[in-house]
Amino acid sequence: MTQRITPGANAPMTPLWAAVTDALNTASRRLPTWPVYLFGLLPMPWFFWKALNGEMGVNPIEALEHRYGLLALQFLVAGLAVTPLRRMLGVNLIRFRRAIGLTAFFYVLAHLSVWALLDVQSLAAIWKDIVKRPYITIGMAGFLCLLPLALTSNNWSLRRLGPLRWRRLHMLTYPAVLLGSAHFVMLVKGWQTEPILYFGAIVGLLMLRLVPRR
Amino acid sequence: MRRHSRRLTWADVTPEADFLNRRTLLAGAGVLGLSALARPLHAAGAFSTDETPNSFEDITQYNNFYEFGWDKTDPARHAEALTTDPWSVKIDGMVERPGTYDLGDLMAGLTIEERIYRFRCVEAWSMIIPWNGFELGALLNKVGVQPSAKYVAFETLFRPEEMRGQRTSALDWPYREGLRLDEAMNPLTLMATGLYGKSLPNQNGAPLRLVVPWKYGFKSIKSIVRITLTDQEPPTTWNMLQPREYGFYANVNPQVDHPRWSQASERRVGGGLFAKKQPTLMFNGYADDVAGLYSGMDLAKFY
Repeated sequence: MTQRITPGANAPMTPLWAAVTDALNTASRRLPTWPVYLFGLLPMPWFFWKALNGEMGVNPIEALEHRYGLLALQFLVAGLAVTPLRRMLGVNLIRFRRAIGLTAFFYVLAHLSVWALLDVQSLAAIWKDIVKRPYITIGMAGFLCLLPLALTSNNWSLRRLGPLRWRRLHMLTYPAVLLGSAHFVMLVKGWQTEPILYFGAIVGLLMLRLVPRR
Repeated sequence: MRRHSRRLTWADVTPEADFLNRRTLLAGAGVLGLSALARPLHAAGAFSTDETPNSFEDITQYNNFYEFGWDKTDPARHAEALTTDPWSVKIDGMVERPGTYDLGDLMAGLTIEERIYRFRCVEAWSMIIPWNGFELGALLNKVGVQPSAKYVAFETLFRPEEMRGQRTSALDWPYREGLRLDEAMNPLTLMATGLYGKSLPNQNGAPLRLVVPWKYGFKSIKSIVRITLTDQEPPTTWNMLQPREYGFYANVNPQVDHPRWSQASERRVGGGLFAKKQPTLMFNGYADDVAGLYSGMDLAKFY
């Protein structure tokens, strides 16, 4: 994707800051995007290997399922941060957003696979869980929102859809991330801090988009 | 504390008190000619399961003990801070001999047994645990239950300077649990003081915890400092927090699902990454001993 790097409309306009973001943006333009996939996805086999070898505690299925889910959420949050970073601070990482988003999707897929194949283990029980358990229904809805986004995260789809329709479709990210973090809040016993922090961060990142551009 | 390996043999785990007990039992059996009692008591008595216990590591590295944090590995990491000696237990309410008892005095004259029980967490995982302890009924008889008492209420220690989880208000401290008196008097109901023949590790509820094997694990309150006999159903922590999800009875029941997950099956901890789930048994397999306590009750309503 060739998008012109424009300084953040709401970015602080001091000369020093302009120099800093300029340097950052120039550097990032020279970097390839493949390391995001490589280093982003490396933890997937790594944690699987650890789980296989009893290095993730005595309940490795649960540990792996939670780890993949958490990594998915972390990459989703990172993807959401790209736009506010550009608008508020003038730091442009948009080149990496596709890689970040796809990495998040692969973790969602891994999370879902561990849940279905290792945790629940039966097709009937999987379906029953999706229908009966609200937090699973919600998680599944989040996954379904992400699916068309992952499938259209390539240049060919972008050209086919045209930038306007493509961008509109990719607004599904917002409900997907909200559903994903609501899924996290709901699945734990009681009200725990960690899922609420993620939910708060996501709501915050979404709210930043509502700040009017100058 | 010494770490134990999976290589423990049964000779290592027989607690001294239990061992002495068996000697007495065997002598008595000889006198009475009860040869059936003279078989090797691997599983101590009729109450134990013959399933293979989980390793000491499984049992001590995967715990829910929110007084030390929310993660299953938090208790093993942080429970060391807890001082369990001296320890006293306040016994009050409808009892003949109320008072604050030193743990040693409280246990004097009570028989420590080994009980290998199934343990089923409300989160749908389970273990087999070789406890050491005495029957709660024996303790209650020792302090004398007044005829008007109908329930037993328990409280965990509240000591935020040693129990870091209590510095947050995640739960309404102190942790509280309760049983109906007939449940408390059931011979299966154990006050555990040990595990694998050793003193109870802190993360497992040292020095004194309840074990009610036919109920979900959260009923088995840890590090008990107060036992109250009462005629009212006592408030219990999880029920206070989420009454729709956690009932007072909390009997293991594969037919009554938790609102957020199925209780029909469970994962036995320790089976690795490809462990199969197994069906959950009614009353966790103790129906023969306890189903009678609930005859006529709608267990979907009194969950």
